[in-house]
Amino acid sequence: MSDVTNLGVAALRDGIRSGEFSAKEVADAFIVKVSAAKQLNAFIVETPEHALAAAREADAARAAGEVLKPLAGVPIGMKDLFCTKGVQTTAASHMLEGFKPVYESTVSQKLWDAGAGMLGKLNLDQFAMGSSNETSYFGNVISPWRRRDGGNAPLAPGGSSGGSSAAISARLVPAATGTDTGGSIRQPAAFTGISGIKPTYGRCSRWGVVAFASSLDQAGPMARDVRDCAIMLEAMAGFDAKDATSLKLDVPKWEQGLSGDLRGKKIGIPKEYRVDGMPSEIEALWQQGIDWLKDAGAEIVEVSLPHTQYALPAYYIIAPAEASSNLARYDGVRYGQRELPDGANLQDMYAATRAAGFGPEVQRRILIGTYVLSAGFYDAYYTQAQKVRTLIARDFERAWLDCDLLLTPTAPSAAFALGEKSADPLAMYLNDVFTVPSSLAGIPAMSVPGGLDKAGLPLGLQIIGKPLDEQGVLNAGLAIEQRAGFTARPEQWW
Amino acid sequence: MSVDTATVKKVASLARIAISDGDAERLVPELNNILGWIEQLGEVDTSSVQPMTAVIPNTLRLRDDVVNDGDMRDDVLANAPAGEHGFFTVPKVIE
Repeated sequence: MSDVTNLGVAALRDGIRSGEFSAKEVADAFIVKVSAAKQLNAFIVETPEHALAAAREADAARAAGEVLKPLAGVPIGMKDLFCTKGVQTTAASHMLEGFKPVYESTVSQKLWDAGAGMLGKLNLDQFAMGSSNETSYFGNVISPWRRRDGGNAPLAPGGSSGGSSAAISARLVPAATGTDTGGSIRQPAAFTGISGIKPTYGRCSRWGVVAFASSLDQAGPMARDVRDCAIMLEAMAGFDAKDATSLKLDVPKWEQGLSGDLRGKKIGIPKEYRVDGMPSEIEALWQQGIDWLKDAGAEIVEVSLPHTQYALPAYYIIAPAEASSNLARYDGVRYGQRELPDGANLQDMYAATRAAGFGPEVQRRILIGTYVLSAGFYDAYYTQAQKVRTLIARDFERAWLDCDLLLTPTAPSAAFALGEKSADPLAMYLNDVFTVPSSLAGIPAMSVPGGLDKAGLPLGLQIIGKPLDEQGVLNAGLAIEQRAGFTARPEQWW
Repeated sequence: MSVDTATVKKVASLARIAISDGDAERLVPELNNILGWIEQLGEVDTSSVQPMTAVIPNTLRLRDDVVNDGDMRDDVLANAPAGEHGFFTVPKVIE
Protein backbone atom coordinates (compact mmCIF):
# COMPACT_ATOMS: atom_id res chain seq x y z
CA MET A 1 0.00 0.00 0.00
CA SER A 2 1.32 3.44 -0.90
CA ASP A 3 1.70 6.03 1.84
CA VAL A 4 -1.83 7.15 2.69
CA THR A 5 -0.52 10.33 4.33
CA ASN A 6 0.08 11.67 0.82
CA LEU A 7 -3.67 11.57 0.20
CA GLY A 8 -6.13 14.36 0.76
CA VAL A 9 -9.58 14.30 2.33
CA ALA A 10 -11.48 13.21 -0.81
CA ALA A 11 -9.04 10.37 -1.59
CA LEU A 12 -9.04 9.14 2.01
CA ARG A 13 -12.83 9.26 2.21
CA ASP A 14 -13.21 7.42 -1.09
CA GLY A 15 -10.50 4.86 -0.28
CA ILE A 16 -12.07 4.03 3.08
CA ARG A 17 -15.50 3.75 1.43
CA SER A 18 -14.26 1.42 -1.29
CA GLY A 19 -12.19 -0.66 1.13
CA GLU A 20 -8.91 0.13 -0.60
CA PHE A 21 -7.56 0.67 2.92
CA SER A 22 -9.12 0.68 6.36
CA ALA A 23 -9.75 3.75 8.47
CA LYS A 24 -7.53 2.15 11.11
CA GLU A 25 -4.62 2.02 8.66
CA VAL A 26 -5.18 5.68 7.82
CA ALA A 27 -5.34 6.76 11.46
CA ASP A 28 -2.24 4.74 12.35
CA ALA A 29 -0.23 6.24 9.49
CA PHE A 30 -1.07 9.83 10.42
CA ILE A 31 -0.53 9.21 14.14
CA VAL A 32 3.02 8.05 13.37
CA LYS A 33 3.65 11.16 11.27
CA VAL A 34 2.30 13.47 13.97
CA SER A 35 4.39 11.95 16.75
CA ALA A 36 7.54 12.07 14.59
CA ALA A 37 7.18 15.78 13.80
CA LYS A 38 7.73 17.29 17.24
CA GLN A 39 10.37 19.67 15.85
CA LEU A 40 7.67 21.58 13.96
CA ASN A 41 5.80 22.18 17.24
CA ALA A 42 2.53 22.21 15.29
CA PHE A 43 0.55 20.42 18.01
CA ILE A 44 -0.12 21.50 21.57
CA VAL A 45 -1.87 18.23 22.41
CA GLU A 46 -1.92 14.97 20.44
CA THR A 47 -5.10 12.90 20.61
CA PRO A 48 -4.39 9.59 18.83
CA GLU A 49 -7.15 7.83 20.79
CA HIS A 50 -9.74 10.24 19.34
CA ALA A 51 -8.63 9.51 15.76
CA LEU A 52 -8.56 5.77 16.44
CA ALA A 53 -12.06 5.79 17.92
CA ALA A 54 -13.41 7.49 14.78
CA ALA A 55 -11.51 4.96 12.66
CA ARG A 56 -12.98 2.02 14.56
CA GLU A 57 -16.45 3.41 14.08
CA ALA A 58 -15.88 3.88 10.33
CA ASP A 59 -14.46 0.37 9.88
CA ALA A 60 -17.30 -1.16 11.89
CA ALA A 61 -19.90 0.73 9.87
CA ARG A 62 -18.35 -0.47 6.65
CA ALA A 63 -18.15 -4.06 7.92
CA ALA A 64 -21.84 -3.86 8.81
CA GLY A 65 -22.66 -2.66 5.30
CA GLU A 66 -23.90 0.74 6.47
CA VAL A 67 -23.73 3.90 4.40
CA LEU A 68 -20.63 5.73 5.61
CA LYS A 69 -20.79 9.27 6.95
CA PRO A 70 -19.40 12.10 4.79
CA LEU A 71 -16.00 12.13 6.53
CA ALA A 72 -16.02 8.62 8.01
CA GLY A 73 -12.57 7.72 9.25
CA VAL A 74 -10.85 10.88 7.99
CA PRO A 75 -8.47 12.16 10.70
CA ILE A 76 -8.02 15.91 10.94
CA GLY A 77 -6.29 18.55 13.05
CA MET A 78 -8.26 20.94 15.26
CA LYS A 79 -7.00 24.47 15.85
CA ASP A 80 -6.65 24.87 19.62
CA LEU A 81 -9.18 27.69 19.58
CA PHE A 82 -12.13 25.27 19.33
CA CYS A 83 -13.42 23.89 22.62
CA THR A 84 -13.16 20.11 22.62
CA LYS A 85 -14.88 18.22 25.41
CA GLY A 86 -12.41 16.79 27.89
CA VAL A 87 -9.39 17.79 25.78
CA GLN A 88 -7.27 20.75 26.87
CA THR A 89 -8.18 23.94 24.98
CA THR A 90 -5.72 26.79 25.47
CA ALA A 91 -5.94 29.33 22.62
CA ALA A 92 -2.14 28.94 22.92
CA SER A 93 -2.23 30.96 26.13
CA HIS A 94 -0.92 30.40 29.62
CA MET A 95 -4.25 31.79 30.81
CA LEU A 96 -6.12 28.71 29.62
CA GLU A 97 -3.39 26.16 30.26
CA GLY A 98 -5.07 23.06 31.69
CA PHE A 99 -8.57 24.21 30.71
CA LYS A 100 -10.64 21.17 29.75
CA PRO A 101 -13.99 22.27 28.35
CA VAL A 102 -17.04 20.37 29.52
CA TYR A 103 -18.65 20.97 26.14
CA GLU A 104 -17.82 20.70 22.45
CA SER A 105 -17.78 23.61 19.99
CA THR A 106 -20.49 23.42 17.33
CA VAL A 107 -17.99 23.25 14.46
CA SER A 108 -15.93 20.45 15.99
CA GLN A 109 -19.11 18.55 16.94
CA LYS A 110 -20.30 18.79 13.34
CA LEU A 111 -17.01 17.33 12.13
CA TRP A 112 -17.25 14.43 14.60
CA ASP A 113 -20.89 13.90 13.60
CA ALA A 114 -19.66 13.66 10.00
CA GLY A 115 -17.35 10.83 11.07
CA ALA A 116 -14.02 12.68 11.27
CA GLY A 117 -11.49 11.94 14.02
CA MET A 118 -9.04 14.28 15.75
CA LEU A 119 -5.26 13.82 15.62
CA GLY A 120 -4.67 16.67 18.03
CA LYS A 121 -5.03 20.32 18.94
CA LEU A 122 -3.00 22.62 16.74
CA ASN A 123 -0.78 25.46 17.91
CA LEU A 124 -1.63 29.06 16.97
CA ASP A 125 -0.86 32.64 17.83
CA GLN A 126 -2.03 33.36 21.35
CA PHE A 127 -5.80 34.06 21.30
CA ALA A 128 -5.35 34.07 17.48
CA MET A 129 -3.53 37.42 17.69
CA GLY A 130 -0.61 37.33 15.31
CA SER A 131 0.51 36.69 11.76
CA SER A 132 3.54 34.47 12.36
CA ASN A 133 2.68 32.07 15.17
CA GLU A 134 5.32 33.71 17.36
CA THR A 135 2.94 34.74 20.13
CA SER A 136 2.02 31.23 21.30
CA TYR A 137 2.76 30.46 24.94
CA PHE A 138 3.70 26.98 23.77
CA GLY A 139 6.48 28.12 21.46
CA ASN A 140 6.79 29.00 17.79
CA VAL A 141 5.51 26.68 15.11
CA ILE A 142 8.28 26.12 12.56
CA SER A 143 7.22 26.03 8.92
CA PRO A 144 8.21 22.81 7.16
CA TRP A 145 9.34 25.01 4.25
CA ARG A 146 12.89 26.30 3.98
CA ARG A 147 14.48 28.80 1.65
CA ARG A 148 16.67 27.38 -1.08
CA ASP A 149 19.64 29.36 0.18
CA GLY A 150 20.97 26.56 2.35
CA GLY A 151 20.69 28.82 5.41
CA ASN A 152 17.92 26.74 6.99
CA ALA A 153 16.55 29.79 8.78
CA PRO A 154 13.36 28.72 10.55
CA LEU A 155 10.42 30.32 8.74
CA ALA A 156 7.03 31.46 9.96
CA PRO A 157 4.12 29.20 8.96
CA GLY A 158 1.91 32.30 9.03
CA GLY A 159 -0.69 33.05 11.60
CA SER A 160 -2.73 32.79 13.45
CA SER A 161 -3.62 29.32 12.12
CA GLY A 162 0.10 28.41 11.86
CA GLY A 163 -0.13 24.98 13.47
CA SER A 164 -2.85 24.11 10.98
CA SER A 165 -0.88 25.31 7.95
CA ALA A 166 2.38 23.67 9.07
CA ALA A 167 0.70 20.34 9.83
CA ILE A 168 -1.12 20.20 6.48
CA SER A 169 1.88 21.17 4.37
CA ALA A 170 4.07 18.67 6.26
CA ARG A 171 1.46 15.97 5.54
CA LEU A 172 0.81 15.38 9.26
CA VAL A 173 -2.92 15.88 8.70
CA PRO A 174 -4.92 15.93 5.47
CA ALA A 175 -6.98 18.92 6.63
CA ALA A 176 -7.53 21.10 9.66
CA THR A 177 -9.84 23.73 11.02
CA GLY A 178 -8.74 27.33 11.05
CA THR A 179 -10.28 30.59 12.14
CA ASP A 180 -9.94 33.90 10.36
CA THR A 181 -10.39 37.31 11.97
CA GLY A 182 -8.23 39.38 9.62
CA GLY A 183 -6.55 36.74 7.46
CA SER A 184 -5.66 33.95 9.87
CA ILE A 185 -6.72 31.18 7.48
CA ARG A 186 -5.62 32.73 4.19
CA GLN A 187 -2.17 34.13 5.04
CA PRO A 188 -0.87 30.89 6.65
CA ALA A 189 -2.32 28.92 3.73
CA ALA A 190 -0.40 31.17 1.32
CA PHE A 191 2.83 30.86 3.32
CA THR A 192 2.76 27.06 3.24
CA GLY A 193 1.42 26.25 -0.23
CA ILE A 194 -2.01 25.00 0.79
CA SER A 195 -5.62 26.17 0.34
CA GLY A 196 -7.96 27.70 2.87
CA ILE A 197 -11.32 29.44 2.79
CA LYS A 198 -12.93 31.93 5.13
CA PRO A 199 -16.65 31.62 4.43
CA THR A 200 -19.22 34.39 4.72
CA TYR A 201 -19.53 35.69 8.28
CA GLY A 202 -22.25 33.61 9.93
CA ARG A 203 -21.80 30.43 7.86
CA CYS A 204 -19.93 28.60 10.64
CA SER A 205 -21.10 28.84 14.22
CA ARG A 206 -18.81 30.69 16.63
CA TRP A 207 -20.24 28.78 19.59
CA GLY A 208 -17.44 27.17 21.56
CA VAL A 209 -14.71 29.01 19.64
CA VAL A 210 -12.53 31.06 21.98
CA ALA A 211 -13.53 34.62 21.05
CA PHE A 212 -11.09 37.21 19.70
CA ALA A 213 -13.13 39.84 17.78
CA SER A 214 -16.68 38.58 17.52
CA SER A 215 -17.84 40.69 14.56
CA LEU A 216 -14.94 39.35 12.50
CA ASP A 217 -14.19 35.82 13.79
CA GLN A 218 -15.16 33.11 11.33
CA ALA A 219 -14.12 29.47 11.18
CA GLY A 220 -13.14 27.76 7.96
CA PRO A 221 -11.22 24.80 6.61
CA MET A 222 -7.61 24.48 5.48
CA ALA A 223 -6.51 21.61 3.26
CA ARG A 224 -4.24 20.79 0.37
CA ASP A 225 -6.72 21.46 -2.40
CA VAL A 226 -9.96 23.21 -3.22
CA ARG A 227 -12.10 20.07 -3.28
CA ASP A 228 -10.96 19.12 0.22
CA CYS A 229 -11.81 22.62 1.44
CA ALA A 230 -15.30 22.27 -0.06
CA ILE A 231 -15.84 18.90 1.64
CA MET A 232 -14.65 20.20 5.00
CA LEU A 233 -16.67 23.41 4.78
CA GLU A 234 -19.85 21.45 4.07
CA ALA A 235 -19.30 19.54 7.30
CA MET A 236 -18.41 22.65 9.36
CA ALA A 237 -21.07 25.12 8.18
CA GLY A 238 -24.73 25.35 9.11
CA PHE A 239 -27.22 27.16 11.29
CA ASP A 240 -26.74 27.07 15.05
CA ALA A 241 -29.28 28.56 17.41
CA LYS A 242 -26.53 29.01 20.01
CA ASP A 243 -24.78 31.70 17.92
CA ALA A 244 -26.93 34.83 17.51
CA THR A 245 -25.05 35.76 14.30
CA SER A 246 -25.39 32.31 12.71
CA LEU A 247 -27.12 32.47 9.32
CA LYS A 248 -30.29 30.41 9.04
CA LEU A 249 -29.55 29.00 5.60
CA ASP A 250 -29.15 25.54 4.14
CA VAL A 251 -25.59 24.42 3.51
CA PRO A 252 -25.03 24.27 -0.26
CA LYS A 253 -23.49 21.15 -1.80
CA TRP A 254 -20.24 22.90 -2.57
CA GLU A 255 -18.28 19.81 -3.55
CA GLN A 256 -20.95 18.74 -6.04
CA GLY A 257 -21.07 22.26 -7.45
CA LEU A 258 -17.34 22.50 -8.16
CA SER A 259 -16.48 23.59 -11.68
CA GLY A 260 -13.38 25.27 -13.03
CA ASP A 261 -15.31 26.59 -16.03
CA LEU A 262 -15.55 30.35 -15.51
CA ARG A 263 -17.24 31.31 -18.80
CA GLY A 264 -19.64 34.16 -18.18
CA LYS A 265 -17.87 35.21 -14.96
CA LYS A 266 -16.32 38.63 -14.53
CA ILE A 267 -13.25 38.88 -12.34
CA GLY A 268 -12.38 42.27 -10.89
CA ILE A 269 -8.80 43.36 -10.33
CA PRO A 270 -8.78 46.02 -7.60
CA LYS A 271 -6.19 48.62 -8.53
CA GLU A 272 -5.69 49.73 -4.91
CA TYR A 273 -4.14 46.35 -4.10
CA ARG A 274 -1.01 47.31 -6.07
CA VAL A 275 0.79 48.53 -2.98
CA ASP A 276 4.15 50.27 -2.88
CA GLY A 277 7.09 48.00 -2.35
CA MET A 278 5.29 44.82 -3.36
CA PRO A 279 7.87 42.29 -4.58
CA SER A 280 7.90 41.91 -8.37
CA GLU A 281 7.38 38.17 -7.96
CA ILE A 282 4.02 38.80 -6.29
CA GLU A 283 3.13 41.22 -9.07
CA ALA A 284 4.10 38.58 -11.65
CA LEU A 285 2.09 35.87 -9.90
CA TRP A 286 -0.93 38.14 -9.81
CA GLN A 287 -0.63 38.65 -13.59
CA GLN A 288 -0.24 34.90 -14.00
CA GLY A 289 -3.43 34.41 -11.99
CA ILE A 290 -5.24 36.86 -14.28
CA ASP A 291 -4.08 34.85 -17.31
CA TRP A 292 -5.19 31.57 -15.72
CA LEU A 293 -8.68 32.94 -15.03
CA LYS A 294 -8.91 34.29 -18.60
CA ASP A 295 -7.93 30.84 -19.82
CA ALA A 296 -10.77 29.42 -17.70
CA GLY A 297 -13.18 31.63 -19.64
CA ALA A 298 -13.54 34.57 -17.28
CA GLU A 299 -13.59 38.20 -18.36
CA ILE A 300 -11.18 40.47 -16.50
CA VAL A 301 -12.21 43.99 -15.46
CA GLU A 302 -10.38 46.62 -13.46
CA VAL A 303 -12.29 47.81 -10.40
CA SER A 304 -11.66 50.33 -7.65
CA LEU A 305 -12.01 49.82 -3.90
CA PRO A 306 -11.12 53.37 -2.87
CA HIS A 307 -11.06 52.89 0.91
CA THR A 308 -8.67 49.92 0.88
CA GLN A 309 -5.83 51.83 2.53
CA TYR A 310 -8.02 52.53 5.55
CA ALA A 311 -8.97 48.90 6.14
CA LEU A 312 -5.93 48.01 8.25
CA PRO A 313 -6.10 50.98 10.62
CA ALA A 314 -9.86 50.42 11.00
CA TYR A 315 -9.21 46.76 11.73
CA TYR A 316 -6.60 47.61 14.35
CA ILE A 317 -9.18 49.66 16.20
CA ILE A 318 -12.17 47.33 15.85
CA ALA A 319 -10.38 44.02 16.54
CA PRO A 320 -8.53 45.18 19.70
CA ALA A 321 -11.68 46.95 20.92
CA GLU A 322 -13.71 43.76 20.64
CA ALA A 323 -10.83 41.73 22.07
CA SER A 324 -10.52 43.96 25.12
CA SER A 325 -14.19 43.36 25.80
CA ASN A 326 -14.16 39.63 25.03
CA LEU A 327 -11.05 38.91 27.05
CA ALA A 328 -12.48 40.64 30.12
CA ARG A 329 -13.88 37.20 30.98
CA TYR A 330 -10.44 35.94 32.03
CA ASP A 331 -10.55 36.96 35.64
CA GLY A 332 -9.02 33.99 37.46
CA VAL A 333 -12.40 33.08 38.96
CA ARG A 334 -14.38 30.83 36.65
CA TYR A 335 -11.73 29.05 34.62
CA GLY A 336 -8.10 29.32 33.64
CA GLN A 337 -5.13 30.48 35.63
CA ARG A 338 -5.27 32.41 38.88
CA GLU A 339 -2.46 34.47 40.35
CA LEU A 340 -3.02 35.33 43.98
CA PRO A 341 -0.10 37.26 45.46
CA ASP A 342 0.16 37.24 49.28
CA GLY A 343 -2.36 39.57 50.81
CA ALA A 344 -3.95 40.36 47.46
CA ASN A 345 -7.54 41.55 47.31
CA LEU A 346 -9.97 40.71 44.51
CA GLN A 347 -8.87 43.58 42.24
CA ASP A 348 -5.19 42.70 42.78
CA MET A 349 -5.99 39.11 41.89
CA TYR A 350 -7.62 40.13 38.60
CA ALA A 351 -4.67 42.33 37.64
CA ALA A 352 -2.02 39.80 38.65
CA THR A 353 -3.85 36.96 36.90
CA ARG A 354 -4.18 38.89 33.67
CA ALA A 355 -0.57 40.10 33.79
CA ALA A 356 0.68 36.53 34.20
CA GLY A 357 -1.84 34.82 31.92
CA PHE A 358 -1.67 37.02 28.80
CA GLY A 359 1.41 37.29 26.58
CA PRO A 360 2.82 40.65 25.43
CA GLU A 361 0.90 40.88 22.14
CA VAL A 362 -2.40 40.03 23.82
CA GLN A 363 -1.74 42.64 26.52
CA ARG A 364 -0.82 45.20 23.86
CA ARG A 365 -4.09 44.63 22.02
CA ILE A 366 -6.18 44.72 25.19
CA LEU A 367 -4.56 48.04 26.12
CA ILE A 368 -5.16 49.51 22.65
CA GLY A 369 -8.75 48.27 22.75
CA THR A 370 -9.34 49.63 26.22
CA TYR A 371 -7.88 53.00 25.19
CA VAL A 372 -9.94 53.40 22.01
CA LEU A 373 -13.13 52.50 23.88
CA SER A 374 -12.41 54.74 26.86
CA ALA A 375 -14.43 57.84 27.67
CA GLY A 376 -13.58 60.74 25.39
CA PHE A 377 -11.96 58.63 22.67
CA TYR A 378 -14.78 56.27 21.74
CA ASP A 379 -16.23 58.40 18.92
CA ALA A 380 -12.91 59.52 17.51
CA TYR A 381 -11.61 55.98 17.26
CA TYR A 382 -14.23 53.26 17.50
CA THR A 383 -17.24 54.99 15.93
CA GLN A 384 -15.04 56.42 13.17
CA ALA A 385 -13.59 52.94 12.49
CA GLN A 386 -17.08 51.43 12.25
CA LYS A 387 -18.06 54.19 9.80
CA VAL A 388 -14.98 53.48 7.70
CA ARG A 389 -15.97 49.83 7.84
CA THR A 390 -19.30 50.78 6.29
CA LEU A 391 -17.42 52.54 3.49
CA ILE A 392 -15.19 49.49 2.93
CA ALA A 393 -18.24 47.23 2.70
CA ARG A 394 -19.82 49.75 0.30
CA ASP A 395 -16.68 49.64 -1.90
CA PHE A 396 -17.22 45.90 -2.33
CA GLU A 397 -20.95 46.33 -3.01
CA ARG A 398 -20.13 48.82 -5.79
CA ALA A 399 -17.51 46.48 -7.22
CA TRP A 400 -20.14 43.73 -7.46
CA LEU A 401 -22.01 45.89 -9.97
CA ASP A 402 -19.10 45.33 -12.36
CA CYS A 403 -17.79 41.88 -11.46
CA ASP A 404 -18.60 38.58 -9.73
CA LEU A 405 -15.32 37.89 -7.96
CA LEU A 406 -12.05 39.64 -7.17
CA LEU A 407 -8.52 38.33 -7.63
CA THR A 408 -5.65 39.64 -5.50
CA PRO A 409 -2.45 38.33 -3.97
CA THR A 410 -3.04 36.80 -0.51
CA ALA A 411 -0.07 38.40 1.25
CA PRO A 412 2.46 41.08 0.28
CA SER A 413 5.40 38.69 0.70
CA ALA A 414 6.35 35.04 0.96
CA ALA A 415 6.94 33.56 4.42
CA PHE A 416 9.41 35.57 6.48
CA ALA A 417 11.89 34.16 8.97
CA LEU A 418 10.91 33.80 12.61
CA GLY A 419 12.08 36.88 14.49
CA GLU A 420 12.26 39.00 11.34
CA LYS A 421 9.17 41.08 12.11
CA SER A 422 8.40 40.26 15.71
CA ALA A 423 10.19 43.33 17.10
CA ASP A 424 7.90 45.69 15.20
CA PRO A 425 4.17 45.12 15.76
CA LEU A 426 3.26 47.51 12.93
CA ALA A 427 5.37 45.68 10.34
CA MET A 428 3.63 42.48 11.40
CA TYR A 429 0.18 44.07 11.15
CA LEU A 430 0.92 45.23 7.57
CA ASN A 431 1.17 41.59 6.48
CA ASP A 432 -2.63 41.43 6.62
CA VAL A 433 -3.13 44.27 4.13
CA PHE A 434 -4.85 42.14 1.45
CA THR A 435 -6.89 39.90 3.74
CA VAL A 436 -8.35 42.41 6.22
CA PRO A 437 -10.76 44.30 3.88
CA SER A 438 -12.84 41.19 3.11
CA SER A 439 -12.87 40.31 6.81
CA LEU A 440 -14.26 43.75 7.64
CA ALA A 441 -16.95 43.24 4.98
CA GLY A 442 -17.77 39.70 6.17
CA ILE A 443 -17.49 38.25 2.66
CA PRO A 444 -16.03 34.88 1.59
CA ALA A 445 -12.40 34.74 0.52
CA MET A 446 -9.94 31.96 -0.15
CA SER A 447 -6.24 31.50 -0.76
CA VAL A 448 -4.89 28.95 -3.22
CA PRO A 449 -1.23 28.27 -4.01
CA GLY A 450 -0.04 29.90 -7.22
CA GLY A 451 3.65 29.10 -7.41
CA LEU A 452 7.04 29.47 -5.77
CA ASP A 453 9.25 32.53 -5.45
CA LYS A 454 12.92 32.39 -6.35
CA ALA A 455 13.82 31.25 -2.84
CA GLY A 456 11.53 28.27 -3.39
CA LEU A 457 8.76 29.47 -1.08
CA PRO A 458 5.04 29.26 -1.88
CA LEU A 459 2.99 32.30 -2.88
CA GLY A 460 -0.79 32.43 -2.71
CA LEU A 461 -3.55 34.03 -4.73
CA GLN A 462 -6.72 35.25 -3.08
CA ILE A 463 -10.23 35.10 -4.50
CA ILE A 464 -12.87 37.27 -2.84
CA GLY A 465 -16.57 36.74 -3.49
CA LYS A 466 -20.00 38.20 -2.86
CA PRO A 467 -21.76 37.41 0.39
CA LEU A 468 -22.79 33.71 0.42
CA ASP A 469 -21.04 32.98 -2.89
CA GLU A 470 -18.58 30.44 -1.52
CA GLN A 471 -19.31 28.38 -4.62
CA GLY A 472 -18.03 31.10 -6.92
CA VAL A 473 -14.93 31.53 -4.77
CA LEU A 474 -14.24 27.79 -4.69
CA ASN A 475 -14.76 27.49 -8.45
CA ALA A 476 -12.33 30.28 -9.26
CA GLY A 477 -9.90 28.69 -6.79
CA LEU A 478 -10.32 25.41 -8.64
CA ALA A 479 -9.69 27.08 -12.00
CA ILE A 480 -6.40 28.46 -10.67
CA GLU A 481 -5.48 25.15 -9.04
CA GLN A 482 -6.05 23.27 -12.31
CA ARG A 483 -3.74 25.63 -14.17
CA ALA A 484 -1.10 26.29 -11.52
CA GLY A 485 -0.31 22.59 -11.21
CA PHE A 486 1.18 23.30 -7.79
CA THR A 487 2.82 20.08 -6.61
CA ALA A 488 5.77 21.49 -4.67
CA ARG A 489 6.10 20.25 -1.11
CA PRO A 490 8.64 20.86 1.60
CA GLU A 491 11.52 18.42 1.75
CA GLN A 492 11.32 16.48 5.00
CA TRP A 493 13.97 17.61 7.50
CA TRP A 494 12.05 17.13 10.76
CA MET B 1 -3.51 61.81 20.19
CA SER B 2 -0.73 60.16 22.10
CA VAL B 3 -0.32 58.51 25.45
CA ASP B 4 2.14 59.14 28.28
CA THR B 5 3.20 56.87 31.12
CA ALA B 6 0.34 58.01 33.36
CA THR B 7 -2.22 57.27 30.63
CA VAL B 8 -0.75 53.82 30.00
CA LYS B 9 -1.00 53.06 33.71
CA LYS B 10 -4.59 54.29 33.81
CA VAL B 11 -5.54 52.19 30.77
CA ALA B 12 -3.81 49.14 32.25
CA SER B 13 -5.75 49.67 35.44
CA LEU B 14 -9.03 49.91 33.48
CA ALA B 15 -8.04 46.68 31.70
CA ARG B 16 -7.14 45.04 35.03
CA ILE B 17 -3.61 44.20 33.95
CA ALA B 18 -0.85 44.75 36.51
CA ILE B 19 2.11 46.51 34.91
CA SER B 20 5.36 47.75 36.38
CA ASP B 21 6.71 51.27 35.88
CA GLY B 22 9.24 49.79 33.46
CA ASP B 23 6.49 48.07 31.44
CA ALA B 24 4.54 51.30 31.29
CA GLU B 25 7.55 53.22 29.97
CA ARG B 26 8.29 50.53 27.39
CA LEU B 27 4.66 50.54 26.24
CA VAL B 28 4.46 54.32 25.68
CA PRO B 29 6.39 54.40 22.37
CA GLU B 30 4.91 51.04 21.28
CA LEU B 31 1.34 52.21 21.74
CA ASN B 32 2.06 55.67 20.30
CA ASN B 33 3.51 54.07 17.21
CA ILE B 34 0.29 52.11 16.68
CA LEU B 35 -2.02 54.97 17.68
CA GLY B 36 -0.16 57.37 15.39
CA TRP B 37 -0.72 55.00 12.52
CA ILE B 38 -4.45 54.47 13.12
CA GLU B 39 -4.87 58.23 13.39
CA GLN B 40 -5.02 58.37 9.56
CA LEU B 41 -8.66 57.27 9.78
CA GLY B 42 -9.42 60.86 10.76
CA GLU B 43 -8.82 61.88 7.09
CA VAL B 44 -11.87 59.96 5.90
CA ASP B 45 -15.04 62.02 5.51
CA THR B 46 -17.68 59.99 7.31
CA SER B 47 -20.13 62.81 7.98
CA SER B 48 -22.93 61.08 6.04
CA VAL B 49 -22.08 57.49 6.97
CA GLN B 50 -23.69 55.24 9.56
CA PRO B 51 -21.37 53.05 11.62
CA MET B 52 -21.44 49.37 10.65
CA THR B 53 -23.60 47.25 12.90
CA ALA B 54 -23.80 43.95 11.01
CA VAL B 55 -21.77 42.80 8.01
CA ILE B 56 -24.45 40.45 6.73
CA PRO B 57 -28.06 41.57 7.09
CA ASN B 58 -29.56 39.41 9.79
CA THR B 59 -32.39 39.81 12.26
CA LEU B 60 -32.20 38.79 15.86
CA ARG B 61 -34.23 35.68 16.36
CA LEU B 62 -36.68 35.15 19.18
CA ARG B 63 -37.11 31.79 20.82
CA ASP B 64 -39.77 30.46 23.11
CA ASP B 65 -39.40 31.82 26.63
CA VAL B 66 -38.62 28.50 28.25
CA VAL B 67 -35.70 27.16 30.24
CA ASN B 68 -33.57 25.07 27.88
CA ASP B 69 -30.31 24.95 29.79
CA GLY B 70 -29.04 24.67 33.33
CA ASP B 71 -28.76 22.10 36.09
CA MET B 72 -25.03 21.70 35.52
CA ARG B 73 -23.43 23.22 38.59
CA ASP B 74 -20.58 20.76 38.71
CA ASP B 75 -19.78 21.32 35.03
CA VAL B 76 -19.78 25.08 35.54
CA LEU B 77 -17.36 24.72 38.44
CA ALA B 78 -15.20 22.04 36.84
CA ASN B 79 -12.51 24.42 35.60
CA ALA B 80 -12.60 26.94 38.45
CA PRO B 81 -9.18 27.64 40.00
CA ALA B 82 -10.87 27.53 43.42
CA GLY B 83 -14.33 26.50 44.53
CA GLU B 84 -16.04 25.34 47.71
CA HIS B 85 -19.50 24.06 48.59
CA GLY B 86 -20.72 24.57 45.03
CA PHE B 87 -19.49 28.16 44.74
CA PHE B 88 -16.58 29.96 43.11
CA THR B 89 -14.25 31.26 45.77
CA VAL B 90 -12.35 34.54 45.63
CA PRO B 91 -10.27 36.56 48.11
CA LYS B 92 -12.26 38.37 50.76
CA VAL B 93 -14.06 41.34 49.19
CA ILE B 94 -15.65 42.95 52.27
CA GLU B 95 -13.47 43.60 55.31
